[in-house]
Amino acid sequence: MSTLSRKDVAHLARLARLAVTDEELDLFAGQLAAVLDAVAQVGRAGVEDVPPTTHAVPMTNVFRADVVRPSLAPEVVLAGAPAAEDGRFRVPRILGEEA
Amino acid sequence: MSRDLTTSDAATLQAVLLEGGTTSVELTQAYLDRIAAEDAELGSYLHVDPEAALGRATAIDEAGTAGTGLAGIPVALKDVVVTQGVPTTSGSRILEGWEPPYDGTVAARLKAADTVLLGKTNMDEFAMGSSTENSAYRVTRNPWDPERIPGGSSGGSSAAVAAGLAPWAIGTDTGGSIRQPAALTGLVGHKPTYGSVSRYGLIAFSSSLDQAGPMARTVLDAALLHEAIGGHDPLDSTSIDAPVPVLAESARRGAGGDLSGLRVGIVRELGGEGHTDGYEEGVLARVAEAVALLEGMGAEVREVSCPAFDLALPAYYLIAPSEASSNLSRFDGVRYGLRVGDDGDRDLDEVMALTREQGFGAEVKRRIILGTYALSSGYYEAYYGQAQKVRTLISRDFTAGFDQVDVLVSPTTPTVAFPLGSRVDDPVAMYAADLCTLPASLAGVPAISVPCGLSDGLPVGFQIMAPALADDRCYQVAAALEAAQDAARGSRFLDQLPRRDAQPAGGVA
Repeated sequence: MSTLSRKDVAHLARLARLAVTDEELDLFAGQLAAVLDAVAQVGRAGVEDVPPTTHAVPMTNVFRADVVRPSLAPEVVLAGAPAAEDGRFRVPRILGEEA
Repeated sequence: MSRDLTTSDAATLQAVLLEGGTTSVELTQAYLDRIAAEDAELGSYLHVDPEAALGRATAIDEAGTAGTGLAGIPVALKDVVVTQGVPTTSGSRILEGWEPPYDGTVAARLKAADTVLLGKTNMDEFAMGSSTENSAYRVTRNPWDPERIPGGSSGGSSAAVAAGLAPWAIGTDTGGSIRQPAALTGLVGHKPTYGSVSRYGLIAFSSSLDQAGPMARTVLDAALLHEAIGGHDPLDSTSIDAPVPVLAESARRGAGGDLSGLRVGIVRELGGEGHTDGYEEGVLARVAEAVALLEGMGAEVREVSCPAFDLALPAYYLIAPSEASSNLSRFDGVRYGLRVGDDGDRDLDEVMALTREQGFGAEVKRRIILGTYALSSGYYEAYYGQAQKVRTLISRDFTAGFDQVDVLVSPTTPTVAFPLGSRVDDPVAMYAADLCTLPASLAGVPAISVPCGLSDGLPVGFQIMAPALADDRCYQVAAALEAAQDAARGSRFLDQLPRRDAQPAGGVA
C-alpha cells in the first residue's frame, strides 16, 4: 500500500480529465491520503481463496428480444447538446494543427 | 384544513380523496403553499413547477379517479431521477438546465399511477455525500433543527417530507442515502433488495449499489409507494424478474403487533459490545428500547456477530468511487450539459478537462481521483480487487446470520443529525455517517429505517435488515415497532416535530 503525493494526484486528475487548480491539488493530496489510510485496512482481510463479488445479484447474459424499438428523434436528442450542427453533435477539434 | 392535509400520512390522504373530502387540486395547492412559504429557508427543492402540478391535479380531478390507488396524491422526486421535460441536475452544475428527453422508470411508473409531481428535491452532487452539503445549488436544513443537516444524499427528500412540504418522496440509496436521511429527520426510509426497483433513468453513481426507494411518514406509506415503483423492468439488465412482493399487507399485519416466533439478531459489530466507538449513548439507548419492544411483542432476540462488517466502510469507499469514476466519464461536455472553453483553439481533451473542472464539485472530484487510482494498473488488485473479495465476506456474514435469525437489527446511524458545516472539510468523518448502512448496500439485501425515539430532541433511526427479496419482513417488523411506539406515545412520531407555524414566517393553520 502506498500514499498519494501531490504529483500522483496531478497525474490521476489528468487521466480523469480534470483540470484541477493548484489549491485543489494541495487540498486533495492531504484529504486523499487520509481517505487512503482509512480504506487501506481492506488489505489486511484474510481473503485467500475468496472469490470477488462484482454484483449483489449474480446474473449473466440478460438479453432483450431482437426487435426494432422506437428511439428518440434526432432533434430531441440534440436539444440538450451544448453545440449541434447539421443534425449532429459538434465537438471541439480532436487532432492537433500539425496532424 | 390545509394544515391537516400537509401533516396527514398518504394513506389517509388517499381515503380522504376517495370519499370526496378534498380534491387533488386542493391537496396539491396546500403543499405548494407550504413550499412557497417555507422552502426559501428549508432548501428542500431544486425545482418546483406549480402550474404543471396544478394542471395535472386538475386533470385527475376531472377524470374522477383521485383516491384510486395513488391517483391525485402529490409526490416529490430526488433530482437524480430523470424526468422528461423537467430540469434534472443530480445536484451538479454540469447538468444545470438540462431537460431530459425521457422518463426514468420510477418517474414513469409514478406518472402512470396518476400521482402529481410536486418537484425535484435537493441532494448531494451525484448522490455523493451524507449531509446534502455537497449540493452545487443550496443548503438543505433539518426541520428538527435548522442548524443541522437533514442527512444525505437524499436530504432534500427527507427535509421536504418531515417538514410537510411533500406527503412522501423518492430517494436513492447507494451506501445509506435513503436510510440515513430518513433516520435523521424522523421518517421511514427503505432501501429495497438490489435489482427489485428499476435503475433505468437514475443518474448512475455506483451501478452495483444504487437503488431507489420510498421515504415516508409511516411504514404503511413507504410500503404503498414501494409497491408503485417496484417490479421487473426490461430496461434495466440487473432488474430481478420476480413479482412485486406484497408489502402494504405486510405492514398492516405487522401493525397488529404479534411478532411471536420472529427471530431477531442484534448485530454486535454495529454498536454492540466492543463496537461502540463513535456511537452516541442516546442512540444506543433508543435502539435498546426498540429491541425490548420487539421482545415484548413475542420476538426472540439474540446477538449475532458479523465480523466482516468492520470492513464495510473501507470496501465501500473503494468500490463506490471506482464505479463512480467510470460512470461519471459520460459527463464529457459533448452530448448534453455544460461545455467550457470551446473557443475554437482548445482541443477536445482540454475542453473536457475544463468542463469537468468547472462542472464538478470537490467531493465528486475527490471520488473520481480516488476511483481512478483504485482502478489503475498496479493498484487494482490491492484496492478494488481486495474490496470485491471483502464484499463476498460481508455477504457470507449475512447468509450465516440469516441461518440463525429472520431479521438483523442495528442503529441506522451512529449519531443524531450533526451541525451544518461540522464535517465538510473532513471526508473520513463524513463517511463514518454511513457506518451502519453500508453492509446491506454491499450485500444487496433490503433494509429499512424506522424512527425509534429522540436523543437530545433529535430523531434516532432503527435499522431492520432482511434476506434478499424478503423486503416484506422489513415492513412487517418496522410496522410492529411503529405501532407499539405510537400506542405508547399516543401520537405519531412526526407529531412531536415542533411545527414551524409557531414562527412568524410559517403562516397560520
